Amino acid sequence: MMSSQIIPSLSAAELADIDAEISHAPYKAAVAIDALKIVQSYRGWVSDESLKAIAQHLEMSPAELDGIATFYNLIFRQPVGEQVILLCNSVTCWIKGYEQIREQISQHLGVGLGETTTDKAYTFLPVTCLGACDKAPVMMVGDELHEHIDRNDLTQIFRSREQAQ
Amino acid sequence: MSTQLNDPLTRPLTKNIREDRRPTDMAAYEANDGYQSLHSTLGKRSPADCLQIIKDSNLRGRGGAGFPTGMKWSFVPMEDATPGHKYLVCNADEMEPGTFKDRWLLECDPHQLIEGMIISAYTLQADIGYIFIRSEYLLAAQLLREAIADCHAKGYLGDNILGSGFNFELHVHASAGRYICGEETALINSLEGKRANPRAKPPFPQVSGLWGRPTIVNNVETLCNIHHIVQHGAQWFQNLGIGSDAGTKLYGISGRVNKPGCWELPIGTPIRDIFALAGGMEQGYELRGFLPGGGSTDFLTPEHLDLAMDYDTIGKAGSRMGTGTMIVLDDKTCAVGFVKNLVEFFAQESCGFCTPCRDGLPWSAQVLDDIQQGRGTSEDMNTLARQIGFIGAIGNTHCALAPGAMEPLASGIQYFREDFERHLNNGHCPLCHEHNPKGKHDSQHKGQQGVSQGVAS
Repeated sequence: MMSSQIIPSLSAAELADIDAEISHAPYKAAVAIDALKIVQSYRGWVSDESLKAIAQHLEMSPAELDGIATFYNLIFRQPVGEQVILLCNSVTCWIKGYEQIREQISQHLGVGLGETTTDKAYTFLPVTCLGACDKAPVMMVGDELHEHIDRNDLTQIFRSREQAQ
Repeated sequence: MSTQLNDPLTRPLTKNIREDRRPTDMAAYEANDGYQSLHSTLGKRSPADCLQIIKDSNLRGRGGAGFPTGMKWSFVPMEDATPGHKYLVCNADEMEPGTFKDRWLLECDPHQLIEGMIISAYTLQADIGYIFIRSEYLLAAQLLREAIADCHAKGYLGDNILGSGFNFELHVHASAGRYICGEETALINSLEGKRANPRAKPPFPQVSGLWGRPTIVNNVETLCNIHHIVQHGAQWFQNLGIGSDAGTKLYGISGRVNKPGCWELPIGTPIRDIFALAGGMEQGYELRGFLPGGGSTDFLTPEHLDLAMDYDTIGKAGSRMGTGTMIVLDDKTCAVGFVKNLVEFFAQESCGFCTPCRDGLPWSAQVLDDIQQGRGTSEDMNTLARQIGFIGAIGNTHCALAPGAMEPLASGIQYFREDFERHLNNGHCPLCHEHNPKGKHDSQHKGQQGVSQGVAS
């Protein structure tokens, strides 16, 4: 679960997970990416306050850490929805109808790529080739990979999630 | 999975993989000869012997470059004057467009990779290993972590493995998403917790890699071969291949074919036979061309179907075998859109370190977009030709990313110029219209960077 509440320091659980990574690294800053991912796994994204707290813990400058955080596609420096939709836009999925599917999802959720739904349920992002081209077109919703997505499957995916809530 | 080869010794990499893709656990892996190579090698055969077998086997790297593995390994100093760690890294950052072979190995048979890595580490006398896996391969990462724990319980990982005196620790590192991490020196920087800019070479990683120590980075499929070769011998491996190359290869096809998939076949299998396994083209679609080994390889055409799928043959035909996973261009898909999709991908994934890549690729993407949208002129074709000449030349860029992006562009113009002409002359293309009936085009840049750079939320 993510929280939009800003917590100025790292939680005990976050620190424990980060320190477990540090235990097999030659120096603290070496786990910068792991630490960003750990905090993101607890909070959904990495706020400025979290970033500064991580940098302090890893004995590096916030600017250097932000340079790393913004380099990687899947470190989020803005709040995201409860689930992130990663729609593959690479070539095989594009051949198999990426553009139409993108339009359908946009219409269904009322958001474009890079945007979060007003109820904060979903953030809609494109992603590079997901390595499931034999099942194209594909996308991930949260941790789950959805294969052969066509129009019917799409409504099914979002309907079943809405019912579960 | 291939139905042509039923003897497990002729398809070593997929012998444990079932149709339902259920992962092979420790018990099932050991029941089918698993970890036999470990038992018969550690402490019973010298690392030098193992290296000689790998050299003799003619195994070439399966990540795309095809560099001889034994030769790559032979640059690792074995009598190191400065004692310290040596590292073995598995490149499981599979992100080349159209490539889906390593996911299959990782999700279906994680112990095979681990046994391959232990034997590789023993050969190189590396004491620490990393599996650098892309963030989205969540199931594979979880299975690998479980398999590593099972190996510790059995004494296959850790200190003094099977009483041999050899120590090896193995960690899973999940990436945070960036294609350039697949470049081995960029991967090393990323493992060090940094931005994944490739490093200048020399020094080569074999001498000075992760944290300045000797490091070998190999692809998943390459490492999965190692213990089979050490167990069954170089000659056995050479006999598996059909032509000049040795072993088997995971070949795949995606696009408008009836049965897109991945198959383990003798390396050097004719392309036509691989298309036959994919059931040929979907009804209503004709084959116009294909990228033989991922998004950064040159197009081939139907006239190349009888070529053997091996490094040298595909190289002589003007392309590269790359990852061996083919992407099909059909007659209902416009080559301009196909190539634009790839160039936009590479522009987005540029690490930004060198100018030709950081600024050149977005320029190429912009020119292609102008052409596709009907704003192009014949001068744009000259611009693309100049860009191909400059960006595509090895040595003008810091790494191989940008030259790779030029391969489908250059060959796309060469073979499918009529698609470009149609856009230039008519300002409209029925194939592109079919792909995108509303005429809206997104920018991958805006969408991808929206969250990480704070454009929208």
